[in-house]
Amino acid sequence: MSKYYVNKFLYTVDRDPEFLRRYKEEPRAFVTTWEQSIGPRLNESEVTTVTGFTDAEREALINHDYVALFEMGAHFFLSLTIFIAIYDEDYMHKHGPLSFQREFAAKLQHWRGREYPTIAL
Amino acid sequence: MATLAAVLATTHHPFYLKATTAPVEEQIPQAAEWKRKVEAYRATLTRAQPDILVMVGADHFHQFFLDNYPTFLIGKAPRYDATFYNEEREFGIPKYVLEGHEDLSRFMHEGLMDRGFDFAFSHELKIDHSIICPIITTRPQADLPVVPIYTNIFAPPLPKPKRFWDLGRAIREVIDAYPSDKRIAAVGSGHLSLELGGPRQFGEHGPDPDFDRKAIEWLSNGDIEAILENVTHESMTQSGNATHGFMDLILMMGIAGPEKAAYVDCLDLYHTMEAYFTWYPGEETP
Ligand SMILES: [Fe+2]
Repeated sequence: MSKYYVNKFLYTVDRDPEFLRRYKEEPRAFVTTWEQSIGPRLNESEVTTVTGFTDAEREALINHDYVALFEMGAHFFLSLTIFIAIYDEDYMHKHGPLSFQREFAAKLQHWRGREYPTIAL
Repeated sequence: MATLAAVLATTHHPFYLKATTAPVEEQIPQAAEWKRKVEAYRATLTRAQPDILVMVGADHFHQFFLDNYPTFLIGKAPRYDATFYNEEREFGIPKYVLEGHEDLSRFMHEGLMDRGFDFAFSHELKIDHSIICPIITTRPQADLPVVPIYTNIFAPPLPKPKRFWDLGRAIREVIDAYPSDKRIAAVGSGHLSLELGGPRQFGEHGPDPDFDRKAIEWLSNGDIEAILENVTHESMTQSGNATHGFMDLILMMGIAGPEKAAYVDCLDLYHTMEAYFTWYPGEETP
């Protein structure tokens, strides 16, 4: 379980238009690249060795699986924002405003009234 | 000494600008009413004739992330850029540059340290929609120098509600002690019940209308006792996973004190309830 690193993925990709495009178009290839050369960056000149996803985390990211990410306790704001960036426009054209956000909520209905997985690290 | 000219506590809804400037046929049904209410609210700040704004918000993982997330932080820069790429993308919020007020930032930082709040600080701060949304709604000309204050309502563990109230009280003391003839207004934004990235998001109303109704009543009446009796991290989580932004509204009431608000308004929207409060400390409530 490396929630921090999952959040780091969502954070670094959401704030960069080029990363975001690659994550949308080729998620598997991009997650691999990210793990090799983007995730380990601490800043422009330093790297960190505290890295790594579990297999389940990697698969959830590759599959844009926001339900699995919710269940792993990824930060809700990061997960919502990045998948809105990826899906909102297409859904809007096909199904109207807020259709992606409402589908996102619908897929999590089994958590209604239950204690959500914590986002605390 | 400086005059505390007004205290404003408002929800921040990043879609306000988009919702009210879209072509009429694309607007949500409440857009015109929303705009009217926001403009009426704006007048409550305008009439206070402020010279400086102390702005309270919370960074939504824009400049700060989990590698280094401040619990309380004050901006001390001469100027602040605002609005990040991903906020422009998602909300259509334009970029701004706000003037800072280094002298009040320094005085505030020292004054808060003296009062037991060991703030983190930043001399290079880009601010996000938690401060720009209230600029858009209450001071769209963005012409006043600001002192930004950030709180952590976002990345647990969070400070307790009482700590937000106490911080508001301390900010008030520092403003009152500032040796200046300027008129200072405090403007802060937060949330009522709110759900993001969970099963209750983007519903017809906010996730907990019952909490929203009570929260508005407590803030209107300056009823800090009821808030501290009823509002805990756990209760806020039950009202919606992002409800903790309510603590910034508690902070703002802390700046005003346990007094009735002079102005209260709200608007029930999809996804969340909007609410607007203004206090004029030291003035008779009309
Ligand atoms: Fe927010």
